[in-house]
Amino acid sequence: MSAEVMSELEHGASGHGKGIRSRLGSHDHGGAVVASPPAFDVERIRRDFPILERMVRDDRLVYLDNAATTQKPRQVLDTLARYYSDGNANIHRGVYTLSEEATAAYDAARIKVQRFLNARASREIVFTRNSTESINLVAHSFGRRHVGPGDEIVITHMEHHSNIVPWQLLCEQVGAQLRVAPIDDSGTLQLDELERLIGPRTKLVSVVHLSNSLGTINPVREIVAMAKRRDVPVLIDGSQAVYHMPVDVQALDCDFYALTGHKLYGPTGIGVLYGREEWLERMPPYQGGGDMIRSVTFEKTTYADLPHKFEAGTPHIAGVVGLGAAIDYLQEVGFEAIAPHEADLLAYGTAALSEVKGLRLIGTAAHKASILAFVMKGAHPHDVGTIVDTEGVAVRTGHHCTQPVMYRFGVPATARASVAMYNTRAEIDALVRALERVREMFPV
Amino acid sequence: MSDLRDLYQEVILDHNRHPHNFGELDGADRHADGYNPLCGDRLAVYVNLDGETITDVSFLGSGCAISKASASLMTDAVKGRTLGEARRLFEQFLALVTDDGALVDDALLGKLAVLAGVRDYPARVKCASLAWHTLRAAVEDRHEVVSTE
Repeated sequence: MSAEVMSELEHGASGHGKGIRSRLGSHDHGGAVVASPPAFDVERIRRDFPILERMVRDDRLVYLDNAATTQKPRQVLDTLARYYSDGNANIHRGVYTLSEEATAAYDAARIKVQRFLNARASREIVFTRNSTESINLVAHSFGRRHVGPGDEIVITHMEHHSNIVPWQLLCEQVGAQLRVAPIDDSGTLQLDELERLIGPRTKLVSVVHLSNSLGTINPVREIVAMAKRRDVPVLIDGSQAVYHMPVDVQALDCDFYALTGHKLYGPTGIGVLYGREEWLERMPPYQGGGDMIRSVTFEKTTYADLPHKFEAGTPHIAGVVGLGAAIDYLQEVGFEAIAPHEADLLAYGTAALSEVKGLRLIGTAAHKASILAFVMKGAHPHDVGTIVDTEGVAVRTGHHCTQPVMYRFGVPATARASVAMYNTRAEIDALVRALERVREMFPV
Repeated sequence: MSDLRDLYQEVILDHNRHPHNFGELDGADRHADGYNPLCGDRLAVYVNLDGETITDVSFLGSGCAISKASASLMTDAVKGRTLGEARRLFEQFLALVTDDGALVDDALLGKLAVLAGVRDYPARVKCASLAWHTLRAAVEDRHEVVSTE
């Protein structure tokens, strides 16, 4: 367990705000073991998530598809209901009380995100629909301005399609090349190969922080340092990382960081792009419209200051406010409590699944979090998914929007369980029992 | 487990383990590739024709138990049939697995009826119908990969 916690600290977490680094600092050297995780009352946490009471067919829901989306605590649901029933108005427009309140709530949430990521200023926080849009924003705006014919974008073999396709589109449009750093059989990024790929024509390195299909935690701080030595900016896709570990964009020294709210126990339809101010200032707007302008005439339009330059049109105000509530909730529970609990579930789950006959884990990197992806001999992942669902267990099956990873491991698909703060060892046991049913039906 | 057994009937598990007409037909008259992007499954269907009659048919590929059993049962069902009869069977089969209210002729469907359980698992309908879509593409001599999406 301690290895995972420390690896998270080493790989991009500075522990700002909640003081994780200082908390565990005394254990963070010399191979000492963290004695015991801080008290974490998972049953109390579970009571905050109404959906966990739900029955599926005849069983209590066992929700293990957190990498796809996490469930929402009452605190977020209540905030959304309260916003619409008591505080709904458009922002940055009205001089009336309701609009001013909505504007204040919206702006306050941006500051929460800024502090959550430890960005220097709230104008470095741009609201988008999701991580995909955050990455597309950079591909369009940064890409069109700074990437030209013969230039190169470097990604890794374990990227989600959302960190592949925007770059392919850009490369097609401007005549640039996509370079892909390989991974080894455990799902670990081959860092030396990545370093070799960063050359004089590299304009951007874009890497996932925590792989959604393998669980690998990439050493993003090292990657950024590697790129910085060649003056290459770095984008980190943090969709999966932000709800498992603290992220400090200043400590990482990255140029862009993308995340999505619905994996952060927040609403769907709201995402964030952190962008270093120097880049955002130099980048042209992504979309045109209301709210992103200073003045408009038919002869000349001037753009609003950051971050509004990148937020055309009425934003997802409720989503932003809900995301703020999710961050409040997450910080109140605290990563110093969440991380050891989830690391315990991962270690417990890894051991338990390894006991299932004919099961092979896909993604066995030394630095991992949350994700238990696997295939079973003689049973296709879709059959596995259907059978465990009849026991109330929700896991994801398919390629997880990472087809190159599937090709790399020579499988058409995997089944994937992924844990979040509210999961328990008993739920892992329920998964294993359900997998025994699979084994009965598809004996090996 | 009872409802699960409605889906995974012994006949289906048996066809999954030992699929019929599994392999490539050398020098087949017609051939098409099918792809289910949802799960990444691929299969190929090969057909020999004598005029309007399907004289031989086979399939090759990997997939879940439902898609493999469905492909296996399909090849048994359409071998020796005319293209018109095969088309009618496909319509009946779709009505069976989608439960769309259309009348299903059990006598016509024969062994294919064991896949009726699929209707309770909407996410799996594409698994069951992939082989049929691919067969249709093969007899229509379409060369692009058939997708279930």
